[in-house]
Amino acid sequence: MTTTPTGTDRAVSTDLAIRTEGLRKVFHKQRAVDGIDLAVPRGSVFGFLGPNGSGKTTTIRMLLGLSSATGGSIQVLGEPMPTALRSVLPRVGALVEGPAFYPYLSGRANLSRFDAADPTSDPRSRKERVASALDRVGLTHAADKKAHAYSLGMKQRLGLANALLTPRELLVLDEPTNGLDPQGTREVRNLIRSLADDGTTVFVSSHLLAEIEQVCTHAAVMRTGQLVAQGTLDDLRSAGARTVTVRTPDVGQAAVVLGRLGLAPRRDGGSDVLVADLVADVEPETITAELVRADVRVRGLAVGGGTLEDLFVALTGEGFDVAG
Amino acid sequence: MSPADPTPTTAERPATTGSAEGGTAPARRTRPFALLGSELALVFRRRRTWAMLGALAAVPVLIAVAVRLTTGEDSGGPAFLGDITNNGLFVAFTALTVSIPLFLPLTVGVVAGDTVAGEASHGTLRYLLVAPTGRVRFILVKTAGAIAFCLAATLLVVLVGAAIGAVLFRIGPVTLLSGTPVDGWSYAARALLLALYVTLSMLGLVAIGLFASTLTNVPVGAMAATVVLAGVSQVLDQLPQLDWLHPFLFSHLWLGFGDLLRDPISFDSFGSNALLQLGYLVVFGALAYGRFASKDILS
Repeated sequence: MTTTPTGTDRAVSTDLAIRTEGLRKVFHKQRAVDGIDLAVPRGSVFGFLGPNGSGKTTTIRMLLGLSSATGGSIQVLGEPMPTALRSVLPRVGALVEGPAFYPYLSGRANLSRFDAADPTSDPRSRKERVASALDRVGLTHAADKKAHAYSLGMKQRLGLANALLTPRELLVLDEPTNGLDPQGTREVRNLIRSLADDGTTVFVSSHLLAEIEQVCTHAAVMRTGQLVAQGTLDDLRSAGARTVTVRTPDVGQAAVVLGRLGLAPRRDGGSDVLVADLVADVEPETITAELVRADVRVRGLAVGGGTLEDLFVALTGEGFDVAG
Repeated sequence: MSPADPTPTTAERPATTGSAEGGTAPARRTRPFALLGSELALVFRRRRTWAMLGALAAVPVLIAVAVRLTTGEDSGGPAFLGDITNNGLFVAFTALTVSIPLFLPLTVGVVAGDTVAGEASHGTLRYLLVAPTGRVRFILVKTAGAIAFCLAATLLVVLVGAAIGAVLFRIGPVTLLSGTPVDGWSYAARALLLALYVTLSMLGLVAIGLFASTLTNVPVGAMAATVVLAGVSQVLDQLPQLDWLHPFLFSHLWLGFGDLLRDPISFDSFGSNALLQLGYLVVFGALAYGRFASKDILS
């Protein structure tokens, strides 16, 4: 693990695209964001995960200067926010809480408008840049349709095109796959990958881990306004417990074997299924060998867990309860 | 992550950020007026704007047609109405006088009330702000757009009035309120001054609409509040018991453009109206700024 920065290392901290310290946001008495220390390395694809209502969008709003922090500090691209808003934001492309457009303007006209709002953008190249951004998200054919006629997926793409109007150092994408079909989701992943290959730091939030897990190098997990995990993907994976699942008609005997190996098996699901958390020094092949040696008839043996999904569920809970 | 899908770690990526920095020289030229052009295009390309301008243009047309169809007895009515049959150029003045109490404030209220709340309700506000449009620049540009609408609306009424008057009635030298006749050029200059006076009159209302617009994310609410206030101000202006208040009402000098139609021309009312409207612009502009500058954009 070479890239996770630590708060005390100043040399590393200059290499952070986003850094917050004790960032808080209190609405009335509700603590929407409760003292988070984000550290997003430059060049990373950083997954910002958490269930709906865990404070992700509130955090992103503060990062972009849309709302003020109740406490704590923010640095984006090495400069303090929102103080350095004017020099920071032209280098940041953003998709915040869903795409938004003037319904009575075409997709192309909408992008021109947002580009004109950036005082540093060059009006001479506006036409080409708008066209190439539309092309990049596959909207060229619908560019001159009014935005109100766009489907949710098309709006989402147009929102991404808006984030790509000029070359950016950092992209902040809030739920970029919302409303997209699986095909569209895959395209967004490919887009993120190609942007990351150009050296752009991508900060992408999602409540659906599976959709972005494949492209992330780093991730952080939010729960009820707090950061409950942060680091490289490998770090996070190793933090999650792995389990072994044994399917056998000889459940009792198998349980004895597993117990002897230092595992704590429990019945799970059908009558022929045993599940146990894997201990670090017990390899799956050892279990197989021991079960065979003890004449346990094995129908199946699977090693599960250790996925981010498991960690995500363990950290944030599985239910539908929306936090807060 | 599947093994077939290797994602490079940060350390493996090239140290330079390639295209991300290639196109962005450290000294980027800033263009503070780029958004103004975009705003004007946004206001005047909108169908709603065309509908409102169309309704305003219909005022002189209706007046001219009505007068043409019922020629004869002089039955009172708004200022200049009786003069129309003698000279079609008076249609423009009559139409302005008729529009000022209701139609014009109505359309101005819609545009001014929409400035911030409209962007907020579309969600486009947050994208403009992260573009980044500074909040002060945003407010200035939106105000400029609303003022441009006022100017377009009054000019339109004057131009359409003069045109329809020329078509339906005979036109000739205009006799001013002081009894002096003036030629066509002088008429045009006075009509332009009148349009400017009426535009100026609307500035206070624009500022009030702007402030109302920063209070809500529902544009219709801000529009309604603005239009209602325009009505309230005019009602208060009618109550003799409140005559101490009258000089401070933003609608007090709305119809005070008679000075511009005398010879020699007097700019007294123009000046005091400018002062009054400027006062409203400063006070409500400051309130709008105070409200908007630190507002959490949650829409």
